[in-house]
Amino acid sequence: MQKKISKIPFKGTAEQEQKLKGVIDKYCDDQSRLMMVMQEAQDIYGYLPFEVQQMIADGMNVPLEKVYGIATFYSQFSLSPKGDYDISVCMGTACYVKGAGEIFERISQKLGIGADECTEDGKFSITSCRCIGACGLAPVMTVNEDVYGRLTPDDVDDILAKYANKA
Amino acid sequence: MVRSHVLVCGGTGCTSSNSLKIIEALEKEINKQGLTDEVQVVQTGCFGLCALGPVMIVYPEGCFYSMVKVEDIPEIVSEHLLKGRIVTRLLYDETVDKDEIKSLNETDFYKKQVRVALRNCGVIDPESIEEYIAYDGYMALAKCLTEYTPEQVIKIVTDSGLRGRGGGGFPTGRKWALTAPNKAPQKYVVCNADEGDPGAFMDRSVLEGDPHAIVESMAIAGYAIGATKGFVYVRAEYPIAVKRLQIAIDKARDHGLLGKNILGSGFDFDMEIRLGAGAFVCGEETALMTSIEGNRGEPRPRPPYPAVKGLFGMPTVENNVETLANIPQIILRGAEWFSSMGTEKSKGTKVFALGGKIKHTGLVEIPMGTTLREIVEEIGGGIPGGKKFKAAQTGGPSGGCIPAELIDTEIDYDNLIKIGCMMGSGGLIVMDEDTCMVDIAKFFLEFTVDESCGKCTPCRVGTKRLLEKLEKITSGNGTMHDIDELEELCYFIKENSLCGLGQTAPNPVLSTLRFFRDEYIAHVKDKKCPAGVCKSLLSYVIIADKCKGCTACARVCPVGAISGSVKQPHIIDDSKCIKCGACMEKCKFGAIVKQ
Repeated sequence: MQKKISKIPFKGTAEQEQKLKGVIDKYCDDQSRLMMVMQEAQDIYGYLPFEVQQMIADGMNVPLEKVYGIATFYSQFSLSPKGDYDISVCMGTACYVKGAGEIFERISQKLGIGADECTEDGKFSITSCRCIGACGLAPVMTVNEDVYGRLTPDDVDDILAKYANKA
Repeated sequence: MVRSHVLVCGGTGCTSSNSLKIIEALEKEINKQGLTDEVQVVQTGCFGLCALGPVMIVYPEGCFYSMVKVEDIPEIVSEHLLKGRIVTRLLYDETVDKDEIKSLNETDFYKKQVRVALRNCGVIDPESIEEYIAYDGYMALAKCLTEYTPEQVIKIVTDSGLRGRGGGGFPTGRKWALTAPNKAPQKYVVCNADEGDPGAFMDRSVLEGDPHAIVESMAIAGYAIGATKGFVYVRAEYPIAVKRLQIAIDKARDHGLLGKNILGSGFDFDMEIRLGAGAFVCGEETALMTSIEGNRGEPRPRPPYPAVKGLFGMPTVENNVETLANIPQIILRGAEWFSSMGTEKSKGTKVFALGGKIKHTGLVEIPMGTTLREIVEEIGGGIPGGKKFKAAQTGGPSGGCIPAELIDTEIDYDNLIKIGCMMGSGGLIVMDEDTCMVDIAKFFLEFTVDESCGKCTPCRVGTKRLLEKLEKITSGNGTMHDIDELEELCYFIKENSLCGLGQTAPNPVLSTLRFFRDEYIAHVKDKKCPAGVCKSLLSYVIIADKCKGCTACARVCPVGAISGSVKQPHIIDDSKCIKCGACMEKCKFGAIVKQ
């Protein structure tokens, strides 16, 4: 499956870069440890934006396409950040006919992001998911572990506000 | 002086049902009641009865408490541990026979089990090397280094008849013998812990419950083939296993059981962990090596075989976790002991992960040749809800199913192959009459389509076409011609794919076609799903006689497909119905049925 590539500008800090440099220095004499470096880089940044892939490629002395090739092969690697609150809207048939599309649309408008994207402040990300089996509560969405059912587009504003105000 | 030991399962299953909180509460309560010097709490690996988690055993009595809650802890501590009165109500009911308390080993779930690979799981603290050593740990390695030549070690493993537990069943001794004579500047031992079959978790349990067994047997394998370096490739999704294995490696190194000149024998061996990143194909031998080398995990054509040219182009032995877990016992107790268990060509025991429609889900280790009936009806406790056994699926996405008429099949490598099945890594999913076999085939194909690495066309494109055909059939648009084409395509993919993933991907389809062809035909000709699973082919109907007109169904229907007035029988509009089943769940009178 094609992976969504984030359009959010890269905002790595000097501190993160320092950490990544440390990892690269530790492993750079053994190219077989490339995946290890990428795993640690994802721990540092939360995902693998191009800028980070470039740093890894330079540091490990391998072509960028090799890093990109690995990042897209393994499901663990993400090219797009996840927010602190990951919203997942059920697009199963029951939810869809009950207006899950409108719910998704409203969230997308409110946050100014599309599917599999993350807001610039890193707070929210949205995805659509397959049926979660709560058809009786349709339409349904989840925010991290919390489940919200029988939604109307207007409910979305309150729910988002609740999380936006959380620290 | 410690007079009582409380063993709490810290495997992934019980940890998910909160066993770490139980341990915390136990320690707090024991401290509060002043028993710290008398009672020791030990966090162990998996006991196997995951369905009853979180579980714990109190020794010396051997009382098995199941589904323990944090609130129960004060009672267990003050009654049992302090006053010696067993809290019967919290015991696993099969260990209570009237007023007598039976040992866990006498229960149906355990009494036919023979634990070799799992022998220390649930018995020792996996983070303590001392406990492993107390249970004869590292004795086998010491015996090999001091008493046997590498050739003798290989001979013992060959004579034991041990075959690879990861899927194919290749004789382990022969694998070692093929690698040992090859001269190279460096040879490697690789442990395949990239357990990816949905529903199989025996390798995780061994790594979590007895990690030193893997460290020890890799060193033995290294000695046998002349390798000084080992890699364990573990899925990143197994954090507890990774942590405990790392602790085991570090402690073994501290104790001089890894590193230079082990036990003064002049033999050097060291090992490290490499993490997978979520790709099923990496469980394939050559793909795994490609991944350790730091590449996309794509398989390589064979020959050259890994015995000649494996990891980093050097001779390599790759064994699965469960296979390795058998090695120390084979060395200590001898090849004859091991080969006395099992059938003619499949020796020893096999661990199965029981799942699906069965009462005791969990891990069981049984001698090869145990019948499916014994596994399902006795050990597994049968099928819940009085439903009928329909089939068991083994081997995950590479395997097939054993239908009810073959329930007396003795399970071993060759018998399974004979009926178009496969041992695989040992996932055993039980299915009852409510399972649609076409839907199951579709489920596994969805999995392989997702996981096909894309390197070779028969697998990449072929599995996708297979899935499309299955979708066509389950949606009621299939023709008899589709079934024939489906079968033909299966054989084509089997013959032409590069690696094991593609070669076995059509098995779930072929196997269900072989034993349940009538179900495929019902989907195509009658446009019916006999098990009532395929949504496009079933309709929900209200039986007018039974309907009281309570309106509960109409209110719960997400699409407003149910109409009718109060106290009058209701009607479902099939054109609006999306078959979510919410109405049937809600109806108190059993008036709604699937047809």
